[in-house]
Amino acid sequence: MLIGGIDNVFSSSLSRSKEGLPMFAMSYKVQRYVILISFLTLPLLLLAVFSFYPALYLAWLSFTSWDGYSPEKAWVGISNYKEIFTNADIFKVLSHNFVYFIGGIVQNIVALFFAVLLNSRLRGRNAFRVLLFLPYIMNSVAIAYMFTYVYDAQNGSLNALLTSIGLESWIRSWLGDAAIVNYSLAFISAWKFMGFNMVIYLGALQSIPGDLYEAAKIDGAGPFKSFLYITWPSIIKIVELSMLLTVSGALEVFDLPFVMTKGGPAGSSQTFVTQTVETAFNFSNYGLASAMGMVLLFIVVLVIFVQRKLILRGGD
Amino acid sequence: MKKRAGTVTARPATVSPSRAIAAALKYAVLLAAVFVILFPPYVVILNAFKGNEEYAKSGVFDFPSSFLNLDNFSTVFHRGDMLNAFMNTGTILGLSVLGNVLMGTMVAFALGRFNFKLKSWILGAYVAATLIPSVTTQVATFGIIKELGLFNSLYGPVLLYIGTDVVQIYLYLQFIRYIPYDLDENAMIEGASLFRIYRSIIFPLLAPATATAVILKSISIYNDMYIPYLYMPSQKLRVVSTGLMNFVGVNSAQWNVVCAALLIILIPTTILYLVMQRFIFSGIVNGSVK
Repeated sequence: MLIGGIDNVFSSSLSRSKEGLPMFAMSYKVQRYVILISFLTLPLLLLAVFSFYPALYLAWLSFTSWDGYSPEKAWVGISNYKEIFTNADIFKVLSHNFVYFIGGIVQNIVALFFAVLLNSRLRGRNAFRVLLFLPYIMNSVAIAYMFTYVYDAQNGSLNALLTSIGLESWIRSWLGDAAIVNYSLAFISAWKFMGFNMVIYLGALQSIPGDLYEAAKIDGAGPFKSFLYITWPSIIKIVELSMLLTVSGALEVFDLPFVMTKGGPAGSSQTFVTQTVETAFNFSNYGLASAMGMVLLFIVVLVIFVQRKLILRGGD
Repeated sequence: MKKRAGTVTARPATVSPSRAIAAALKYAVLLAAVFVILFPPYVVILNAFKGNEEYAKSGVFDFPSSFLNLDNFSTVFHRGDMLNAFMNTGTILGLSVLGNVLMGTMVAFALGRFNFKLKSWILGAYVAATLIPSVTTQVATFGIIKELGLFNSLYGPVLLYIGTDVVQIYLYLQFIRYIPYDLDENAMIEGASLFRIYRSIIFPLLAPATATAVILKSISIYNDMYIPYLYMPSQKLRVVSTGLMNFVGVNSAQWNVVCAALLIILIPTTILYLVMQRFIFSGIVNGSVK
């Protein structure tokens, strides 16, 4: 509607102006060129250099055995990829990423639940919204150390709290026990992002007109029916978006295991990206790390396309 | 029976007791969530004000003898070189946000007000760029930054923060649609140059989007660890995140001091958040509509 408005006025090339800069003496046609070129060149250049070129460069690097230092980058064909797909360790870490995915699902359900709660008439709901969203704006390194403190086995607050309410049997070494470390970390991720999800869902819920619910009530629908037939269809797009963010978030998890456990104990909390970074910087194997990056990129794009397909199908 | 216009949830029109129970349950659940959210920061706050001996002797939940004991905080500032970290973060933040706003508004103006041959290609390029998560391409980006000579430089992250923020551009593009082009037309009738239109009409009217962008971008850069860690390992170039990592690495045994460090890091964004929450919420909700 508004696009191209300026183009329509090009028939009159007015050059009268109050300022004395040379630009204003140019016709609008010329000005248009100047603006388009000067406004778009740098952004597009940055986009090319930092978004597209890295993807291409990554693809190329994945076929080499570069160590990050030497000027030579020897071509090794697909041996990096062979390594990824035959070395069991590399894909095993995806099972750790999967725990974050589960955490993300729980996080979404809880977020939707609270969004529905906060959407109803409730005193102090703004205060609740402000408080529940708070973790999202916190520095992730600070969060990592904060929870390291809480999870500490010897003098940690979580274990102390459990003791004080008589649940001593629940005491664990939250970060030292290989079986639960990923769950402990995934919880932190859910803790941080639940509020964010909730606010998005809340926004979607608030855009549903109230008359729909009134009409449903008149027709005798209870709260569950109205959720199923009114709420859910209206928010399904947002749910798709959240799911996409959840999946890609789970695949790309880095900060928490890197800062808190360094992938330990004994690699049991290593994630795909921490392993990639380790391969590049600790083992100086940029070629293999690039191949890992390519695999991750491929998985993410695949997930996006699958989700798009599901949306088009219209199902949930 | 009270009927409120605009009530959104279907509530059964029954007697008070069951409604009261429902309300009580809602509050209970919400309060439980608030407890979970506030428990970790609470523990940190309690212990940041305890001196070394006091900390060794007290339990985790004991109140400090004085909330005015700022010893730990000054230790953090001195030992952790926090002032330098804040200044580096501030510089990076200032330059990145400025670059983002200028670029975002310019691209929105160019793509939102004109039609030209390559336009759909460019828009498509931005869409395609959103498919490429920067986390995956970091290894290659590292090589590029190195070759540009921007490794261990404040400008490396600045360039990255400006160059990879595609969502921002989208938000501006969405927002510019709401600025009626009668304004542009009237200005052109009076002979204003296109640049003048950008500067005096479009840019000011994009202010709400700019405000949200500034706040959200600032928070995200302040909280980022990945980019500063990879590209600025030098001691002098520590930012808030990497400075904290370094500090805790060295002082990990002294939890009371670490807690003080955590508070120092967390307080600026918390204050910003509490003051600006309306902008933050509206920005997120509008952004997700994309």
